[in-house]
Amino acid sequence: MTNVLEYLDHTPFPERVAYTNGENGLTFAGVDRLSRAIGTSLLQAGHSRVPVVVLMGRSPDTAAAFFGAVRAGCAYVPVDPDMARNRIEGIFEDLQPAAVIYEEKTRALLESLDYKGDAFDYGNIVNTKTDDTALERVRREAIDTDLLYIVYTSGSTGQPKGVAACHRSVIDYIESLSGVLGFSEKTIFGSQTPLYVDACLKELYPTLKFGAATYLIPKELFMFPVKLIDYLNEHKINTVCWVVSALTILSGTGALEARPPKHLTTVAFGSEVFPQTQLSLWRKALPGARFFNLYGPTECTGMSCWYEVTRDFQPGEPIPIGQPFRNTRILLLDGEICVAGTSLTLGYYNDFTKTDASFVQNPLNTSYHELIYRTGDMGAYNEYGELVFAGRRDHQIKHMGHRIELGEIEAAVNALAGMAQAACVYDADKRKIVLFTVGTPSVTEIMAHCKERLPRFMVPNAVIPLAQLPLTPNGKTDRTALLATWRERG
Amino acid sequence: MDKLLSILSGLHPDIDFNSHDDLIGGGVLDSFDIVTIVADIDEAYGAAIPAEEIVPENFHSAAALFALIERLR
Repeated sequence: MTNVLEYLDHTPFPERVAYTNGENGLTFAGVDRLSRAIGTSLLQAGHSRVPVVVLMGRSPDTAAAFFGAVRAGCAYVPVDPDMARNRIEGIFEDLQPAAVIYEEKTRALLESLDYKGDAFDYGNIVNTKTDDTALERVRREAIDTDLLYIVYTSGSTGQPKGVAACHRSVIDYIESLSGVLGFSEKTIFGSQTPLYVDACLKELYPTLKFGAATYLIPKELFMFPVKLIDYLNEHKINTVCWVVSALTILSGTGALEARPPKHLTTVAFGSEVFPQTQLSLWRKALPGARFFNLYGPTECTGMSCWYEVTRDFQPGEPIPIGQPFRNTRILLLDGEICVAGTSLTLGYYNDFTKTDASFVQNPLNTSYHELIYRTGDMGAYNEYGELVFAGRRDHQIKHMGHRIELGEIEAAVNALAGMAQAACVYDADKRKIVLFTVGTPSVTEIMAHCKERLPRFMVPNAVIPLAQLPLTPNGKTDRTALLATWRERG
Repeated sequence: MDKLLSILSGLHPDIDFNSHDDLIGGGVLDSFDIVTIVADIDEAYGAAIPAEEIVPENFHSAAALFALIERLR
């Protein structure tokens, strides 16, 4: 297998619903037809083997647009209208796309951007008459190291970084992940993650591979636990791969105990530390379900490690991240978790400097080219030989399921007129981003500015103006002292 | 009510919670806020909000939330 479209071409139950938001859905045959029309349209305009921005909301059609880009041999670049405005501008600036697929509700947004390339109206191009000969030619010439997608993550300078992955890495991931989590044609996913992060690979591709189904759960439901459980029950959802904060909305509000979801058998979580107390509540409420802790950086295509929860934990004992997926290798170099294998992405689009800083030659191999990715995460093995996550090396944090460079928040705040200094710290216990500022803008102004410039999950949870920032003996901002200041305030 | 207002403005200092009455529909609160508010109300008022009460109608405004707290106490 050398192309992810083979999952779609050979999907076992073409007439079943593949992706749905509960009301409107697309069958596999429908996805196939739409993708061929979209692919043909892109090819006729001369777009092949280039990135194509898919500027659409979270819906089954967006998945069809992704595969449409792939049919033309292109890489899809998901951009969601829910992203912060300056993130979207940053992506367009970095990528300089030649083609954008938009939909009716994102038309105004696209028009407001300084974009001069080709724009394809989704509602229009799905009616293109399919040119199967042209699509087959593209497939014949394709190789499995061709780009499949570019997803943008937080960058420390404020400029988002585009992580570029190829077909081979995604196929490798989907095959390994499906085996571990036991996906099958009976799997009904309840998807929580946005389609613009690599987390959605877990649902999108296994759905095609097995003829399973994915419900794109409306975002608002994650505010109202009982409604969310009703939704899970109504659609007989049996598999969820959610960020920890989404799971906590059920366990932390008592909803899970009051009415445990009836059909859930597989619960995977990851991308931040799951508090043990919450995990215990889940295991108690769903004694028959399997629970998995997943770990991995976007740079290594989805997840790299997995651990199935099979025992109880001592208070304060971290839940392991376990072992690497098949065909992935983990190295601990000076305690830093490094990843080797086909799962390594091709690096940061348009940025060889940043790519070469993190994707490096394995220092233990002096004989031939062997790239490893340095995650910046620290790890260690416990007494059972399981890998355990042991914090970040730098100022990058995980908050509400998102990876955040605190520097990006600081850069945004520093752009505000009258701001002299800004420094962020993260209170991992209370899960709050705390911003310290020196300058004339008021807390209200700073917050309004942050909300305008940053994605919601990056907006500080508290702002504390100071006369000056404390310094370390080396003259750097003393973040330990700042954190202490915050904790003293209670 | 003052304690509630201070919980809310701790999350969104730029919102006037005295007058805002579309916190859900207006996209002010998100799921993270809801969990925080529920925990903070429990701590400040000793009022544990049961899951069935975590519905949009009770979170539209500070007044609606305060009425809920009164009912629970």
